[in-house]
Amino acid sequence: MSRIAACFAALEGKKALIPFITAGDPHPSLTVALMHGLVDGGADIIELGVPFSDPMADGPVIQRASERALVHKVGLRDVLALVAEFRQTNTTTPVVLMGYLNPVFVMGYTAFAEQAHAAGVDGVLTVDCPPEEAAELSAALIAADLDPVFLIAPTTPEARVREIARHARGYVYYVSLKGVTGAGNLDIDDVARKIAALRAHIQVPIGVGFGIRDAATAKAISVTADAVVVGSRLVQEIEAATEQTAKERLTRLVAELKAAIL
Amino acid sequence: MERYDLPDANGHFGPYGGVYVAETLMAALDELKNEYERVKADPTFWEEFRHELKHYVGRPSPIYHAKRWSEQLGGAQIFFKREDLNHTGAHKISNAIGQALLARRMGKKRVIAETGAGQHGVATATVAARYGMECFVYMGAEDIKRQSPNVFRMKLLGATVVPVESGSKTLKDALNEAMRDWVTNVDSTFYILGTAAGPHPYPMMVRDFLSVIGEESKEQMPEVAGRQPDVVVACVGGGSNAIGMFYPYINVDGVRMVGVEAGGHGIASGMHAAPLSGGAGVGVLHGAKSYLMQDANGQVVETHSVSAGLDYPGVGPEHSYLKDIGRAEYVAIDDKEALSAFHDCCHLEGIIPALESSHALAWAAKVAPTMAKDKVILVNLSGRGDKDINTVAGLAGITL
Repeated sequence: MSRIAACFAALEGKKALIPFITAGDPHPSLTVALMHGLVDGGADIIELGVPFSDPMADGPVIQRASERALVHKVGLRDVLALVAEFRQTNTTTPVVLMGYLNPVFVMGYTAFAEQAHAAGVDGVLTVDCPPEEAAELSAALIAADLDPVFLIAPTTPEARVREIARHARGYVYYVSLKGVTGAGNLDIDDVARKIAALRAHIQVPIGVGFGIRDAATAKAISVTADAVVVGSRLVQEIEAATEQTAKERLTRLVAELKAAIL
Repeated sequence: MERYDLPDANGHFGPYGGVYVAETLMAALDELKNEYERVKADPTFWEEFRHELKHYVGRPSPIYHAKRWSEQLGGAQIFFKREDLNHTGAHKISNAIGQALLARRMGKKRVIAETGAGQHGVATATVAARYGMECFVYMGAEDIKRQSPNVFRMKLLGATVVPVESGSKTLKDALNEAMRDWVTNVDSTFYILGTAAGPHPYPMMVRDFLSVIGEESKEQMPEVAGRQPDVVVACVGGGSNAIGMFYPYINVDGVRMVGVEAGGHGIASGMHAAPLSGGAGVGVLHGAKSYLMQDANGQVVETHSVSAGLDYPGVGPEHSYLKDIGRAEYVAIDDKEALSAFHDCCHLEGIIPALESSHALAWAAKVAPTMAKDKVILVNLSGRGDKDINTVAGLAGITL
């Protein structure tokens, strides 16, 4: 069983908390400590952002995180090295890389998949690679025992949901709103209706993210979702902290969110 | 060569193109693709389009024999396709009208656009005023400084110009921001993309709307020059004016096609915007796979060109394909050469060309002397240079 499947199985119906941070933000030397800090607070799975120069689907908060990491020239190989370092002391918490296709494409799908597996990565979500263009990448990921994670949006019609269901492994990531990461127009009732409809087609767990800003919304989303993804809010915490306080503040915030969800 | 019929149903030109966007936009792109397929087969749409091009834009744009310049160069005869004489001063308006008519059919009341030099922003603001649509134009903060006359023109036309402060603050970042707007307002908004790049169906759609450039040229050249050109040449940033000129000539044997990219400070300096001719690899940006200027980690690098409209690290996917199959050649002209052609065109022909188009002119001026006097080069003079006078003055140390 993959680490992701094992994680959901071990939760026995309780909901997973999936925090997101960008690798290398604010400095690559802090990333592994921050990942452990997320686990200390109760993270079930970690989504680790791969910095990209043109993060088209991200709002200003995660754009800035990417820019801070790129000041230190953090590339995909560096991110894999950070995951390998994290794995030296944590062998259970799944790590899902989230980013854009180009760095992966340039490294080469097979080389990337093999090195990501060796580093201890469990899943990969490339935001700008829908199933239509994903055949080659997905095959390389699956061959290396990595789960390709796909997005489903409020605008995704039923026929596409069925198509995505055929390709999805690990979990699917339901984008809770029309917008970029960190937007403020989350409609919880609408999300609940959509998740209920998705269940007819989706066999893997359903995570929900984009726009979850506090314990109350995390809790409300966890009523229907299998996992709650929080990104921009955590990145803001890193932004507001000093390098000395970032880990402690992240742990505290993650613990608050974890305590709130079902 | 076999009949050229691309892209395929999924928007691929060989290995290039495609639909590389976040899931949220997939439904909108499907809707757009389906609607465009419908209008493609609907003669009333094209009648309306041609009517607008004739009565509002002033098409067909003439072809002009640049006799004095040709004589001075002493070689091939240079002709200009006068896209600078279109309403709003560039080829961009024909694409903006096509997309705005489509937006109207789809019931969208709000349009957005990205712009580099401001020509596509002005074109979009113009058609939004003409058809009564709300208009937001995303423009890099750096470009806003370089192109202040166009910024004011957009405002006069009732558009909101949104400065983009992220990344390199130029065209690519404006495109990112327009995509973010679209993903947020996907129900109400039509994204009028300004170049033959982006996710399918944009590269195909923009090409189809701008093919009027090459179609007209094919009709006009026998009249004006007595025959088809030996070479057609156009500048390439994203590549919209070039594909509009090239596409109708792809199946015409014996017509050489040359795309001129921005060489900036020179290819060797690394400070340029020439993905096709500067040795860049292939990548994925703004929804399509194409040649892309990037570093070893796959991060898109900052580009440089004296002309804001060419200052773009990527290129439309069809150009990547035409390069690979050898049907078109791509070359670079640096800032200095482009500026020199800009001044020559002003002095010898009484035409102030856009700095973008000056790259194509510079290539023609460089190559014409090596060709016989009975050979014909057709340059797509894609826009007029009024918008660039501040830049050119600034380079000469003059404040206007």
